[in-house]
Amino acid sequence: SSVEQKMANYSNKLYHQLEQETGIQTGYLRTGSISLAQTQDRLISLKRINSRLNVVGIPSEIISPKKVAELHPLLNVHDLVGAMYVPEDAVVSSADVALALASAASQNGVQIYDRTSVLHVLIKKGQVTGVETDKGQIECQYFVNCAGQWAYELGLSNEEPLSIPLHACEHFYLLTRPWDTPLQSNTPTIVDADGRIYIRNWQGGILSGGFEKNPKPIFTEGKNQLEIQNLREDWDHFEPLLSSLLRRMPALETLEILKLVNCPETFTPDMKCIMGESPVVQGYFVLAGMNSAGLSLGGGAGKFLAEWMVYGYPSENVWELDLQRFGALQSSRTFLRHRVMEVMPLIYDLKVPRWDFQTGRQLRTSPLYDRLDAQGARWMEKHGFERPKYFVPPNKDLLALEQSKTFYKPDWFDIVESEVKCCKEAVCVIDMSSFTKFEITSTGDEALESLQYLFCNDLDVPVGHIVHTGMLNEYGGYENDCSIARLTKRSFFMISPTDQQVHCWAWLNKYLPKDSNLLLEDVTWKYTALNLIGPRAVDVLSELSYAPMTPDHFPTLFCKEMSVGYANGIRVMSMTHTGEPGFMLYIPIEYALHVYNEVMSVGQKYGIRNAGYYALRSLRIEKFFAFWGQDLNTLTTPLECGGESRVKLEKGIDFIGRDALLQQKQTGVYKRLAMFILDDHDTDLDLWPWWGEPIYRNGKYAGKTTSSAYSYTLERHVCLGYVHNFSEDSGEEQVVTTDFINRGEYEIDIAGHRFQAKAKLYPVTSFFTHKRRKDDVELSDFHGK
Amino acid sequence: STEEEDFHLQLSPEQVSDLLRAGESSHKVLDFNNGVPNSVLRFESNQLAANSPVEDRQGVATCVQTNGMMFGIFDGHGGHACAQAVSERLFYYMAVSLMSHQTLEQMEEATENMKPLLPILRWLKHPGDSIYKDVTSVHLDHLRVYWQELLDLHMEMGLSIEEALMYSFQRLDSDISLEIQAPLEDEVTRNLSLQVAFSGATACMAHVNGVHLHVANAGDCRAILGVQEENGAWSCLPLTCDHNAWNEAELSRLKREHPESEDRTLIIDDRLLGVLMPCRAFGDVQLKWSKELQRNVLARGFDTEALNIYQFTPPHYYTPPYLTAKPEVTYHRLRRQDKFLVLASDGLWDMLGNEDVVRLVVGHLSKVGRHKPDLDQRPANLGLMQSLLLQRKASGLHAADQNTATHLIRHAIGSNEYGEMEPERLAAMLTLPEDVARMYRDDITVMVVFFNSDSIDTYCKEG
Repeated sequence: SSVEQKMANYSNKLYHQLEQETGIQTGYLRTGSISLAQTQDRLISLKRINSRLNVVGIPSEIISPKKVAELHPLLNVHDLVGAMYVPEDAVVSSADVALALASAASQNGVQIYDRTSVLHVLIKKGQVTGVETDKGQIECQYFVNCAGQWAYELGLSNEEPLSIPLHACEHFYLLTRPWDTPLQSNTPTIVDADGRIYIRNWQGGILSGGFEKNPKPIFTEGKNQLEIQNLREDWDHFEPLLSSLLRRMPALETLEILKLVNCPETFTPDMKCIMGESPVVQGYFVLAGMNSAGLSLGGGAGKFLAEWMVYGYPSENVWELDLQRFGALQSSRTFLRHRVMEVMPLIYDLKVPRWDFQTGRQLRTSPLYDRLDAQGARWMEKHGFERPKYFVPPNKDLLALEQSKTFYKPDWFDIVESEVKCCKEAVCVIDMSSFTKFEITSTGDEALESLQYLFCNDLDVPVGHIVHTGMLNEYGGYENDCSIARLTKRSFFMISPTDQQVHCWAWLNKYLPKDSNLLLEDVTWKYTALNLIGPRAVDVLSELSYAPMTPDHFPTLFCKEMSVGYANGIRVMSMTHTGEPGFMLYIPIEYALHVYNEVMSVGQKYGIRNAGYYALRSLRIEKFFAFWGQDLNTLTTPLECGGESRVKLEKGIDFIGRDALLQQKQTGVYKRLAMFILDDHDTDLDLWPWWGEPIYRNGKYAGKTTSSAYSYTLERHVCLGYVHNFSEDSGEEQVVTTDFINRGEYEIDIAGHRFQAKAKLYPVTSFFTHKRRKDDVELSDFHGK
Repeated sequence: STEEEDFHLQLSPEQVSDLLRAGESSHKVLDFNNGVPNSVLRFESNQLAANSPVEDRQGVATCVQTNGMMFGIFDGHGGHACAQAVSERLFYYMAVSLMSHQTLEQMEEATENMKPLLPILRWLKHPGDSIYKDVTSVHLDHLRVYWQELLDLHMEMGLSIEEALMYSFQRLDSDISLEIQAPLEDEVTRNLSLQVAFSGATACMAHVNGVHLHVANAGDCRAILGVQEENGAWSCLPLTCDHNAWNEAELSRLKREHPESEDRTLIIDDRLLGVLMPCRAFGDVQLKWSKELQRNVLARGFDTEALNIYQFTPPHYYTPPYLTAKPEVTYHRLRRQDKFLVLASDGLWDMLGNEDVVRLVVGHLSKVGRHKPDLDQRPANLGLMQSLLLQRKASGLHAADQNTATHLIRHAIGSNEYGEMEPERLAAMLTLPEDVARMYRDDITVMVVFFNSDSIDTYCKEG
């Protein structure tokens, strides 16, 4: 991902100058690296990476097998279709780098206690106060848990346990004795992902390891010094990697073995490292779970964490690495053991769009799970929650799991098309129970007062109204993007993205006044959420409630408790997170099955059917609804994505981020979220966009896409992404105006091929669509979760 | 969905191995324990569930104050609550029973003055994530009452190992029974204690200290010793007797303990009172308490249905208790020829006989040993190493299982009536739907403890 790329890039620069700075040799050698492709799909994946590297100024190129052979004399290239060459990649010795960093730190006054083990962290009133070690206490304000594979246990050893989900697997690499005539020291490092191995020079011989298909998880039961001293080499286990190595470099046959090292590596449930501050203890930071990339990411990760501790925020958006993306629900040892067995091979597996993990599933489910599953639901998982992607009709076969991995048009294309069509023309029901749901109530006006300060939009609206609003940080960036319904004068119902459960909770607890009679409750588990999307949703609901549901009685963005079928107390909201007409039903879970059954049976005559998140995604992206965590993050402000109407700047009410926004309003924005409609892209034959594709404006790099979907209405691909205005001379960022956006010619680079695109700052409502009703457009609904 | 079923029916050999290996662990023991050579070399274990959730438990721990190593297998029934409680607590009772008077005094003094306790156990294999975290202080209180009573006995050296095993089993069972009779404030604690008392668990625990091997058994788990005679031949030495309806001694014991009029009703359909297979077990107060006591306790307003408590009065229930947790203790002095100890729940023994088990372990040992490329002896280049590894792979000799316990489970469920491996059968047994699995196989838990013959020799020479 891009933040990981930046971390690696920083590490490279840091290690490069480390030797000069500290006088300690780090073995830094700029050898370059070659990533091999044995298949066309792998080559596509490399081309995508290549596009991204080029635009951030890291030289790289896609090269032919012949060129590979020239760069590395010992490689067998007969089975290759191409490769990516990154000439500035370097190798270092990890132990020496650690030593150099430690010595540099010591020179700057850092005290290092070696052979000292931390027993537990001392916490008072939710704040770190010190560390208890086997050699006594140390007072401190900040604590960073970077205990690697023991970080999980150290986290649990707190009085209030902190869940740091990671798990170790054995990792094997081979060291050989030197060649008779050693290779040139600058021979490039080889990554043969299809062969699951990496190869680099090592003291005149080679070092080679890999990520096997059948990893061996270890330390499931926790720390055990006896075992780590007795880790055994396992040649039988290593055989597939050895065979792969000898296939790639046949000349290695005669090289003598020095040893097979077994050095466990730590992996996380989503293959991304874990950093950031504990959601419950202030001053308790974590940096662990490097998924075997500790050395290459370490320098950058350290920089971001340091910024985080000093300034409160890292200089890049690191949400995908943030500890708070996980909760206690990912801390089961069984879950971690099973999941890392999937994650470790994945490091060298082909990463295609819309990949779902297969292990650790069916943990959180809606009460309708079995019903939907029986009707052909295919599932994806977010924050442990199963969500339907689409519904396979009874007579339809999809490809097997392995075959369905593609960068091109996926096999579910027609299925989702019919679901989208049904949303447009009739009515669909989507189970969206995974959303994070909080209730905030108070006896006096504290709830309103506090929320006015925490959220950027005006929440002092009449009871029953729903407000779309951001929860901003002091720099005006989105910490969360949510919908809040005012249930009564003193109580609010807040709906946030699924993976906000921990982060938003922590944020609210940090900023809500203490010792007040304010009550914050996580009610996520209490409600099943059904989204009725489509023009006939209104008919289904009025038939089930004997209440008029037309826009006169039930305007858009309105919330009412009513009965549906026999069930009373259903929270009905006139919004669908897509811009299409319809309703969200928040149903107390014991009524879920009843309401679902009623909706389906009454809905039959209106053509109701089940739909999944893929349909929802297509609908919301074509309406330019941005998504927190993908399009919106802590470094993007409402002004940068057309959200000015959802900010109460003019009302004289203070809120977090207000000053920053006022300032930005004065100076103008330096990036702007736009919607791109691909023009000359053939859906059947061309590679599909995903996210992270470079955007070119008038032939110059201008930013990257953040998400994409095929719009069945426009019959085009739609990408969302930020446009910057880099100065031609200095590369500095300049103000981006509406005019700047409108006057550009745009191209989107998908794996090296540029497609023409039209940029829009507002959703396309007219030129392809038909049958639109005036009041359908939830213009202000700006998210999809 | 049907797609998933198809997928399961076609498990690849690798997937079969992944499933079998999921629960395995192996542990090498340090050569010396407090400067004393360790007679245990390593242990390997594995567990395959049939019940959902699994009702077997296992644990290994060292007595920090007295140096013995303890291995335990616990087979729960009627839920896993009792097996979980016993597997967590029995080791503590045993460790405390063995403590000298002086150590017990230090423990008491520390508790009295709210100082940290001396370490009691070092877990080498913990029974699992405890569900009893909230209750442990109550448990500690009861453990303390126990050591206070031991203190009152004024025995300088503590109990003998045999006595210790006897006492710990019975004391823990009696504590489990009393805990729920005493008024408990906290509802969670009360409910948990009730679940523990109203479910049951058989237990088999081995204690090894130097050459002294004791095995205490209550129920139908089993422990056997693999012995290699000087001529190289292997044999099996059973260390426990199954306590069930096929055990004549148990039948006479039961008859002795109950009036003659009940002779015909004690065992019905090979079960104790027609209900329970093993005739010794922890928990199961339905077979221990008087009817009045059961009524009185349950009348205190438990939601037995929600707690999943199987409430019944067996027919012919006249003179309880019918069930006991009193163990049968055997002693064996380890010799050079005693190579390994196998402890397993009845799920294994239902499928494999004692001799089969010894044969399988021995076969596995020789394969693993024979084909290990020895890099110390012969500097190999990569090409030679690869061809050696490929040979091993081709002949299937490296046997997916490094772990002996896994090897045993593979054969237990994958062998046909002639003792031959049938891959289809193995795959089928592993893909049984959750609700059917229990009809074809039981939870299987296996622990294989290997002895260090050299250490044992040292002991023998010292006399």
